[in-house]
Amino acid sequence: MNLFEIDEVTKKYGSRTVLDIPELKLRKDRIHAIMGPNGSGKTTLMRILNLLDTPDTGHIKFLGEDLENLQGRHLDVTRRMCMVFQRPFMFHSSVFNNVAYGLKIRKVSRPECEKKVKEVLDFVEMNSFASQLATRLSGGETQRVALARALVLRPELLLLDEPTANLDPSSVKHIEEIIRNWHQQYNTSVIIVTHNLFQAKRLADESILLINGKVVEKGKTHDFFNNPQAEESKQFLDGTMVY
Amino acid sequence: MGTFSTLLLQKTEILEIVKMSIMVSGSATIISAFIGIPLGAWMGLTDFKGRKVLLRIVYTLMALPPVLAGLLVYLLLSRSGPLGVWESLFTPTAMIIAQCLLVTPIITGLVAAAIAGKEGIIFDHALSLGASQMQATWTIIKETRSSMTAAVLTGFGRAFAEVGAVMLVGGNIRHMTRVLTTSIVLETRQGNFNIAVTLGIILLIISFVVSSIVLSNADEFKMT
Repeated sequence: MNLFEIDEVTKKYGSRTVLDIPELKLRKDRIHAIMGPNGSGKTTLMRILNLLDTPDTGHIKFLGEDLENLQGRHLDVTRRMCMVFQRPFMFHSSVFNNVAYGLKIRKVSRPECEKKVKEVLDFVEMNSFASQLATRLSGGETQRVALARALVLRPELLLLDEPTANLDPSSVKHIEEIIRNWHQQYNTSVIIVTHNLFQAKRLADESILLINGKVVEKGKTHDFFNNPQAEESKQFLDGTMVY
Repeated sequence: MGTFSTLLLQKTEILEIVKMSIMVSGSATIISAFIGIPLGAWMGLTDFKGRKVLLRIVYTLMALPPVLAGLLVYLLLSRSGPLGVWESLFTPTAMIIAQCLLVTPIITGLVAAAIAGKEGIIFDHALSLGASQMQATWTIIKETRSSMTAAVLTGFGRAFAEVGAVMLVGGNIRHMTRVLTTSIVLETRQGNFNIAVTLGIILLIISFVVSSIVLSNADEFKMT
């Protein structure tokens, strides 16, 4: 089944076209890596997929449902997915309250909430931080709490916008393990935007290269890295692309 | 020693002045907070036509000279003014109105700036975690509560330390409209510098105590 079916989607900021995707299909239960240079439209695409932004033209289907005609079901759809941002904002409260945020607004009972938060904090190995102020955590810890805050909601789709940017190698490894383990355990679909080619290679089932708002190449990660078809992909992978 | 005994003699009057200062500036700050916080939140959260112009007006009014605010209120409340029938000139009411005119733009502007600065990122995070528009808006307000506290404190500081407006519309009448700042002016003019300095120190101590009480309850300084 397709996770997303993107058809003739464009997005402009002023006169600049930042996204122009005639057709793109992403399959369910996979980890997709979206790569591309700065300003290639990766974050714009993620925001559109997360319904934080709307495209200027085109249609998008999420798990077969047309996102244009939600008719009051917008919240139901957004609650099936969750995004972790490059620089996560921590609410000025404890780690526990941050992770419980999504559950509280869904009116989950207190005991159920406590159980779920504890489980997910165990998963990201942050249980000992539960009562600490979330705004005083290190970069790696913050990102793990941000992941826990999303994972506790058991989304069908996890959108990760450069989740390991500016983190040290050990934190990167830890975050990658969390993503991989969660995906294996719950079969959650994941779309990850990354500048780290090795990360895409390590994590993703499928890789997509976006340049100037256009999908240059999409394919199985192994094929993408070992036998890229597009000239831009070859240049991007061997580091000779000038942007 | 001389100053100390003088102050002892004037203890009752000083207490009266302190009470009047706190009453006038406190009332003005509370009223301004009730107007300024919702107004600032609305201006920070909503993108409407004319928002930028309105923000510029508010920011300009943040620098409104106290004497000008006092003059406006004076003209409004004087016998021949539109609100002359209230007969409020040279009363604490007039002083509160004048200070509201000074404090409301400060609270409004600071709240609007605090919310506008964080609104986008908090809104995105809240929506992405499944919040409705209403829940996301409430989250923004909750997350900027420390800035709101700071805005109210700044407003109180402005009102408490202000002299021009209260002098004009209050008249510095003994036992009626005399506050700490107008007393300092009076004592300085009479050459009683020791008393003036002492009153200044009292003013600073009260400001310090109020800030300490408010900030000790602010979320930036404690776990929630």
